[in-house]
Amino acid sequence: MIFAAAPAEVALVLTELGLVVLGLGLLARLADRLSLSPIPFYLVGGLLVGRGGLVTLDVSETIVAVGSEIGVVLLLLTLGLEYSSEELGENLRVGLPAGVLDVVANAAPGVLAGLALGWDGRAVVLLGGVTYISSSGVISKVLADLDRLGNRETPSVLSILVMEDLAMAVYLPVVAALLTGGSLLAGLPSVGIALATVALVLFAALRHGGVLSRALLSHSDEALLLGVLGTTLVVAGIAAQLQVSAAVGAFLVGIALGGAVQERASLLVGPLRDLFAAAFFLFFGLQIDPAELVPVAGVAVALALVTAGTKVFTGWWAAKRMGIARPGRLRAGTALIARGEFSIVIAGLGVSAGIEPALGAVAAAYVLLLAIAGPVAARYVPALVTERAEHSRPAPAGH
Amino acid sequence: MMAEVEETQLPGVGVRYDFVTKEGDRVGVLAHRTGRRELLVYDSVDPDACRDVVRLDADDTQTLAELLGTSHVSERLADLQQHIEGLTIDWLPVSATSACAGRTLRESALRTETGVSIVAVVRGDETIPAPGGDFTLAQGDTAVAVGTPEGIKELFRLLQQG
Repeated sequence: MIFAAAPAEVALVLTELGLVVLGLGLLARLADRLSLSPIPFYLVGGLLVGRGGLVTLDVSETIVAVGSEIGVVLLLLTLGLEYSSEELGENLRVGLPAGVLDVVANAAPGVLAGLALGWDGRAVVLLGGVTYISSSGVISKVLADLDRLGNRETPSVLSILVMEDLAMAVYLPVVAALLTGGSLLAGLPSVGIALATVALVLFAALRHGGVLSRALLSHSDEALLLGVLGTTLVVAGIAAQLQVSAAVGAFLVGIALGGAVQERASLLVGPLRDLFAAAFFLFFGLQIDPAELVPVAGVAVALALVTAGTKVFTGWWAAKRMGIARPGRLRAGTALIARGEFSIVIAGLGVSAGIEPALGAVAAAYVLLLAIAGPVAARYVPALVTERAEHSRPAPAGH
Repeated sequence: MMAEVEETQLPGVGVRYDFVTKEGDRVGVLAHRTGRRELLVYDSVDPDACRDVVRLDADDTQTLAELLGTSHVSERLADLQQHIEGLTIDWLPVSATSACAGRTLRESALRTETGVSIVAVVRGDETIPAPGGDFTLAQGDTAVAVGTPEGIKELFRLLQQG
């Protein structure tokens, strides 16, 4: 513990940790300047610093590692907090067809690539998840930055994000159970148990979540923040103990909270999440030797190209179903390209379980590409295409 | 004749309201969950996109509403709600001189005296709905009362002087 350490060591830990956070701050600033998501920048930071990088962290690596665990928990908590149970239920009715297309079209390339690489079955399932899940964080920021929240195609984009949120509630426990099983087949019985447990918890959360929300509600921001945070960490810890993965536990707490607590908690947890999530992305990068990226670059680029296309198709189709015209369909499609935090969370589960050494590198390279290309495509592609269409059309009379 | 307003839920964001004006332009308001508002003006060529988005904070929203005359509408609505079939709702302050201050509702027997029900009490930032007979009124409270206009007048007098 730092408290028991000699003063000189405390000084060293504080200085090193300070430099790490400062470095992350500079990366976030650079990302903001370029109007890009900071996630790829943190990853690159981790690659440069960690194993095989330019410098290695000395004393603060364990702190960053713990911070990264908390980062995953908070990312999943805020994912659960993002939508109310009514919104989830409402969406399940209208958004199901697009949600199913989203799963099929975007998980398939990852699964096929994993099979072609001859990976372990569990790593294949994880890679499917990596290519499936869009980055709701990056996408909501892009929509807000580009003033597209009010656009009429936006509900179809949000609906897909909500469906992915729901899909995670099933996918994460399944993956967690598979990973404890030792192999794909051996894990199947525990998948059943995990799913039943989650279904039970989910049912209880949606039915009786109000009890938890009322218990945690307080006028004081501190009391609310600490209450929610404490509950989440305890549940995440118990979930990890039961081999259901801490992430799943945190996600369920987020879903169970509703009403005023939900709204205020997501505002209060936001800044903390940003801090610890930065530690998580950094730590993920730390564990990867940049030299490992070279052999997987081809796979990552191919996957990025294919799954950018499949996401555009998914968004296009979903918007078309809602009666949106062509330019809007293209905006919806390109908005969905970005992958980010949750692809890394999913790959992280595999990395910490120690299956398929190349999974981490593929996911990192893949997210690096699409977390940058996604927002850029969302911003420029629709305008470019519209411009070209206007050029090829004869000018309307009277203009 | 008011245009039909379309309401769309935006999960994780808020609610969007929009309608088509008599001139044929689509305009809307995006009400964020955080309380922020965006005024949306849709494009005529690409009707799914916004040509202009004006971000408004709480004060801006109020200012714009005032300019558009919405406040008159809400005043009239409030007026309507306060006179339902001979019933009046009113907000009555409890003064220090009132005999009711420091006594329970049962002790003051306000309903028996005036026929008016106190449906809620506003105390500071707090609202106490449906106070029971054991509820003690205090100086500075505001009683939300429902009853006949005459009863309300009587109650007002009691809460002022007792």
